[in-house]
Parts: sequence; C-alpha cells; structure tokens
Amino acid sequence: MKNTISERVADFLKNFPPFNILEEGQLQRLSYEVSIVYKENNSIIFTENEAPHEYFYVVHKGAIALAKKDTTNILDICDEGDIFGLRPLMAKENYKLEAKAHEETILYAIPIKEFKPIALENKRVGDFLIESFASNTRNPYSLKHSGKLYGVSNSTDTNPESKLLDLQPVRYSTNLVTCTESTKIKVVANTMTINNVGCILVVKEGLPVGIITDRDIRNKIFTGLVPITGTAKEVMTSPVITYPKELTITQAQMAMMKSNISHLCLTEDGTPETPAVGILSKHDVMVAIGNNPAVLMRAIKRCNNTKRLRSIRHGVMNLLRGYLDENIPIELISKIISELNDATIKQVIKIVIKNMDAEPPVRFAWLTMGSQGRSEQLLNTDQDNAIIFEDVPKNRHKETTDYFLKLGAIITKELNTIGYEYCPAEMMASNPLWCHSLGEWKEVTTHWISNPGPDEVLLSSIFFDYNVTYGVKKLTDELSKHIFESVKKHPLFLTHLASGALQNPSPTGFFRDFLVEQDGAHKDFFDLKLRALMPLIDAARVLILSHSVKSINNTAERYKKLAELEPQNKEFYLACSYASKALLKFRTIQGLLHNDSGRFIALDKLNKEEKIKLKRTFKTIKEIQDLLQIRFQIKNILG
Amino acid sequence: MRLFQKKKQKDLPSFWNHYSNQFKGKLPVNVNENKFVIFDTETTGFSFDKDRILSIGALKLINKSILVKESFEVYISQTHYDADSAEIHGILKKGRKECIAEVEALERFLSYIKNHVLVGHHVMFDVTMINEVLKRNGLPKLKNQTLDTGLLYKRTLLTATVLQKKEQYSLDDLAEKFSISKKDRHTALGDAYITVIALLAILDKLKPKNLSDLIKRQKPSKFGL
Repeated sequence: MKNTISERVADFLKNFPPFNILEEGQLQRLSYEVSIVYKENNSIIFTENEAPHEYFYVVHKGAIALAKKDTTNILDICDEGDIFGLRPLMAKENYKLEAKAHEETILYAIPIKEFKPIALENKRVGDFLIESFASNTRNPYSLKHSGKLYGVSNSTDTNPESKLLDLQPVRYSTNLVTCTESTKIKVVANTMTINNVGCILVVKEGLPVGIITDRDIRNKIFTGLVPITGTAKEVMTSPVITYPKELTITQAQMAMMKSNISHLCLTEDGTPETPAVGILSKHDVMVAIGNNPAVLMRAIKRCNNTKRLRSIRHGVMNLLRGYLDENIPIELISKIISELNDATIKQVIKIVIKNMDAEPPVRFAWLTMGSQGRSEQLLNTDQDNAIIFEDVPKNRHKETTDYFLKLGAIITKELNTIGYEYCPAEMMASNPLWCHSLGEWKEVTTHWISNPGPDEVLLSSIFFDYNVTYGVKKLTDELSKHIFESVKKHPLFLTHLASGALQNPSPTGFFRDFLVEQDGAHKDFFDLKLRALMPLIDAARVLILSHSVKSINNTAERYKKLAELEPQNKEFYLACSYASKALLKFRTIQGLLHNDSGRFIALDKLNKEEKIKLKRTFKTIKEIQDLLQIRFQIKNILG
Repeated sequence: MRLFQKKKQKDLPSFWNHYSNQFKGKLPVNVNENKFVIFDTETTGFSFDKDRILSIGALKLINKSILVKESFEVYISQTHYDADSAEIHGILKKGRKECIAEVEALERFLSYIKNHVLVGHHVMFDVTMINEVLKRNGLPKLKNQTLDTGLLYKRTLLTATVLQKKEQYSLDDLAEKFSISKKDRHTALGDAYITVIALLAILDKLKPKNLSDLIKRQKPSKFGL
C-alpha cells in the first residue's frame, strides 16, 4: 500500500493541518488514495451550485482563487497546503463559490470516502474540522490564518468585501523580537533596528511582562526621563495588553483604538499568563485592510522572504483592478503600479544578495528591459533583465562573471517564485549573453549597431529600453553615452531599427477589419501586443534614439517628448501618445479579465464600443509606420 | 502458389497475445481522452546488450489527473550488477526492496501499459531497454506509440536564430524549469513523476489539436524556425 509517489504525497501533506495530526498509518492509507490533478491557468475546478465532487482538494503547487461566479471579486486565494472544497462535502450541499486556477496548479484530490472515516475515527481531526468550520478560518491551528475556510456564510451577496473584513482573522507577525528587563536600552534599540521592527517584547520566564515601542524610546529617552544608559525595564510599558490570537481585523482595530496603542501582544490563551505567540501592529491591520499603495509599498520593503512577496503581489493586482474599475487615468495607474513592481524586484534582489555567500565583488546594476523597462508592465508578464558590472582586471574577470551569473540565476528564480514567468527566449541575467561587464556591454552594443542584421535589431530593440532597477546608475549612464556615440557613427543602424519597427504588419486588413492570427493556439484571436502595441513602441524607440534623448523609456512619454522636439508634428505625436495609453489600458483590462498577459483578444467577446475604440488607434499606427518609412528611407534597404 | 504466405507465428505466451490484441482498436483522437503511461527505467548502465533493468516505474495520466494507487513500481533481481551506477540510482544488489524476476516484471508491465501512449524523457532509451528484455525472452518489440518529453520541450522554446538551443535537455533541466521538486530523483517512479508534471506543463504550452498532432510535434519543424 505504499509506493514512491504515495510517500511523496504523504511527505507533503504531513506539513499541513489536519494531516499533521493523522497517525502515520492513516496518512499512508490516505495518500495512497489521492489523485494528483493538474489545472491550467484559469481552468475551473468547480462552479457555484455545482454538486459536490467525490474529492476535496489540497493545493500542492500554485494557487486557487475562490470567487462568487461572474465577479472579479476574489474572496480568497488558496496557496500551497491550503484545503478547499471540503465543507460542502461534509455538509452534503452544493458548492457555494467558484474555484478557479489562479495560475498553473497541481492539486491533490482526496476522496471524501476515505477521509470521512478517518475524521470520525480520529477525534483530533474531527475537532479540527468543527473548529475550523465554526471559527470561519481555514485553519484555526496554524499561527498565521491565511484566510477563511471555503464556503462559509457568504450567502449574502451585497458587497462581500466589507462583510468579510469584519470576519477576517488578522495575519500577524510570529517573528517575535524579545529582550529581558535587564537588557540595556542601546542593545534594545540596536535589536529593533536590525530586525526592522517598531516594537520589542520584554519577557520574563517566557511570559510577556512589558513592551517597548518606538514611541516609548522617543517619549522616555529623548525627553531625558530615562538615561540612555538605562535598562529595558525603565522604558517598557507595563503591563502588556494581550489578546487571544483568534482576533478579527475589526476587533484588532477596536482594541488599538480603545487603548490608544499601536501594537497588540497575542498570547496562547489571550492572558499575560501564557507565552506570547505573536505581535500585531497597526501596520499589519493596515495591510489586512489592504488596497492602499503606501501600505503595499511598506509591506514590500519590510518583506524578508520571497514567498510572502508573492502574496503581497495579489494585493497589488487587486489594487490595479480597483483603479481600473474606478477609471483612474492609465498614466497615473502605470506610475503607481510600476513603482510597486520596481520596489518588489528591488526587494527580491536585496533578499538574494543578503543570502549569498559573499558580497558582490564589484559594483553592478540590475537592468530591467522590455515592458518593465518602459514602465508599461502592469500585469505579470515574463522577465527580461540583464546585469552590468564594473570592469575588472583580466585575471579576475572569470570569477567576477561567475559570481554575477550565479546571482542572476538565483534572482530570476526568485522572481519566478513571486509570479514572473521565465523569458522563453532566455533574455535574462542568468544567461551569459545578458550578464556582462561595462566594457563587454560596450563591445556588444557596438557590434549590434555596426552590424545591424535582423537578430541584432531584435536584440537591441529589447535591450535599449533598459532601466536600472537596482544598483549603480552611473554604469548605465556611461553605457547610454556610448550607445548614442556609436549610433551617430553608424547612422544606418537607425534605418535598420526603423525597418525592424515596420516588421509587424499594421492591424487592419483590406476591408478595415481586424487581422486575426491564422493558425496555432491563438487562431482567430487578435494579437494586441504584436499588431497594435509593438508598432507604436518600436517607432517611439527609433525616433527618440534618433534625437539622442536618454532616460525617457515610457512610450507615451516618448511621444510627448517628440511632440516638444518636433513642433510641426505635435498633434500627430500626441495622438500616438494617446493611442499607446489607450492600448495599454485595453490590454490590462483584458488581462485582468482573463488572468493572463492580455496579449490575445477574442474579437467576438468585444462589444461594439470597444471595437470602435480599438480601431480608432489603428489609423495612428498606420500613420506612424508611414512616417518611419519616409524619414528613414526604408525602401533603400528593402530593395 | 502461396509465395507470400506469412511466416507461421511462433507460439507466444498468452500474456503477449493479450497485450498485442489490444492494438486492434484505435486510440481516441482527443488528447485528453487518451490514457498516457509515463515511465522510466533504472538500469545498470547504458549498454543495450550488457546492461540490465533494475527497476521500472510508471504512472497513468487520465484527463490531466494521476491516481496514486494506479502507479506501477517493480524492482527486478539481476545477476549483472555495476557498482558505478549504483551510486546514481542507489539500488543495491541485495537491497531491501522486494525483487521479482525479469519476465514477471515484463508481464506485469505489459498488462499495465496496454495500448496506451508511452511517455518518457529520452524515451527511446527506455523503450529499447525493454525491447532487449522482450528479445531475450523470445518476444517481439513493444507496439505502443511514444512521446519524448525531451523533444517536446524543445518545441516549446522560442525560436530565433540568435538563441542557441541546447542539443539536449536533461530531466534536471526540466525539473528546474517547471520548479518540480527533485526529491526521489533517480528512482524510476520518482523520475516518472517529474516527467509527467513536465509533460502537463508542455501540453499546456503546445496546446496540440489532437493526438496525432502531438506525436508529430516531436519532429523539428520544417523551416528551421
């Protein structure tokens, strides 16, 4: 009754409740009966009102979104180890929510027939289930409540979000930073700084006796009340106000307001007589309330593991959705979301460097390219990135390159963890072709510019939208300077780049209809990226490069700048700027709707107004292609 | 004048006839209606005539789902043993696993795979290994269609002349690419599991129209692109 796969399943399940309280024999028996189910992104596991399956599910890898049908309001995201779809099976009722794969997902389907006897036989499992159903949390035993158990009291349809907020358990920090009463204040302050926390718990024999917050230090030490040479005991606030860990967001808010404090200490049974299990700060509450860019930004910056960043990214996507619903200008939206994306990547890099065996041997910069470099990446698309590092003497070159390649490989892997797909063409810093010293990059770009074949044009058009996400900007400034000089020396390059920009046929066909894809997986879909966005993006790049303007990467902004530089074409360039914004917004909305990159659009799903809006941008695209054609005399090289 | 009379069939054991009779019917056209058998063998080495199979592991994929209890795992007792490869697969000559005779493993394997499509990473190696066993036991070759995740994976990669594709992608490469845990790597069933997850991810990318389209996709495309 055991094989390598059932052992593997058991090994995974035993880390999560209620499986962690099963006896070994029970777990083995159960694991043997499991089916491993693969779900593509956006595929449905069950829908609202569907009769219950014979299984309930545990997420092995990926994420499942639970939502009311036909709404974009996701009520819960189930992550690795989370159970869903169990309650309707136990209660013998239909599913109350729709479960849909939020990304590629592997599920363990556990047959209820096998599980039920175990639940009945093992009292602790039964208790777990009763408690989790009753307390409305998915997992009452875990320290971090990650959400609600699926299918509970969401029957009232009106504004589920505000309803949920009252009931949602808070997510608090279990990473307790503590000291004793006799700890010196200086040490206390240092500990808080190192751990980047706003409060420290004073414990005596394992029990909380006091708490020191930033405010205590300000109020008691800087005012001279307690000398800097004093001890924790003298500055701490005591007794500690404690609460049980099963606290909802609303309760937590009330508690903080009532006592005018910013941190709550959570203990095992809610009294100071049991050990502390966590600290809940005002900030945590804010994060739970959620969709506020400043809160998300702080959450990102405080994050010290990439897994947590992944869940913060769900918040960013929710924010994006909210902005689009409220019709906030896309310019503003893309600025805010790009800042958050940028901060996320920075944080990933910081975390990775901290965990490396050695510091970077020389200074370097992390470049993001493509849409991210242009601050046009609102949805999670794939990664395009590169590393540039300072020149080193020849004898140290190999080891330095090796270090940065390794760094690049880990960073791209972690970026993948938080939801950025790998670049299918490997244009990533983990690839030796995209990880060079400044000197090497100069050679590479010179080569592209002086020998502009189709590959070189393709590569440079991806590369030239680079933006420094992390590290030393001076390096890229020097590279930019070098690129502009080379372009001046080889004017033909611009012609080739312009001709590359004309590769993508304009979006309308002979009868002013949409050109749709002819074959492959996206047959009959309109390729918004290739046919509408790329021609505009590519054209903007050539034109801005021909004016030697650096550090404007965003396409809409490039056209605005061009309108300034060429007053005679002002109206036209502003139209291009508008078109690129409109298309970006269009793509983002489509992507959120279908939880993908928004690139391919099923035309029959668009309404008349949307089609007209799209077509309006096409005229501009046609005209910008004509302009390139004439200005760079493309015909000469095509012949 | 019966010049073209077929050679008289040798008397083949009933388990073989049972296996071979299943190929009279056609496989379903729709990819998801097919059952796939994802399998892997651990061997004493890479030589087809000298080396021997130590274990076979296999999984059945039905409509994107794998039933754990329907997996297949056998360990085979062999006289030939190569101490070098033991370092890789970790199967000791007198290991603790319960071993069965080669011919019995074969019989069980054939009754497990039926006429389903066989899938493996660099599958021809494993197929040839099994065919050698069949030959030693006086039996014809396997009749199943095959899919190679190594070749299929290559087809999912973007194609541009600048991007050097590797000649071959190892199972480790795939495990890394699709973030599949490498626990149980180098056990036959563990490797089969990694292969099946990779296959699912590949199918999602390739979106084949039907089974024959999928089988065709293993060949490099005509125009080198």
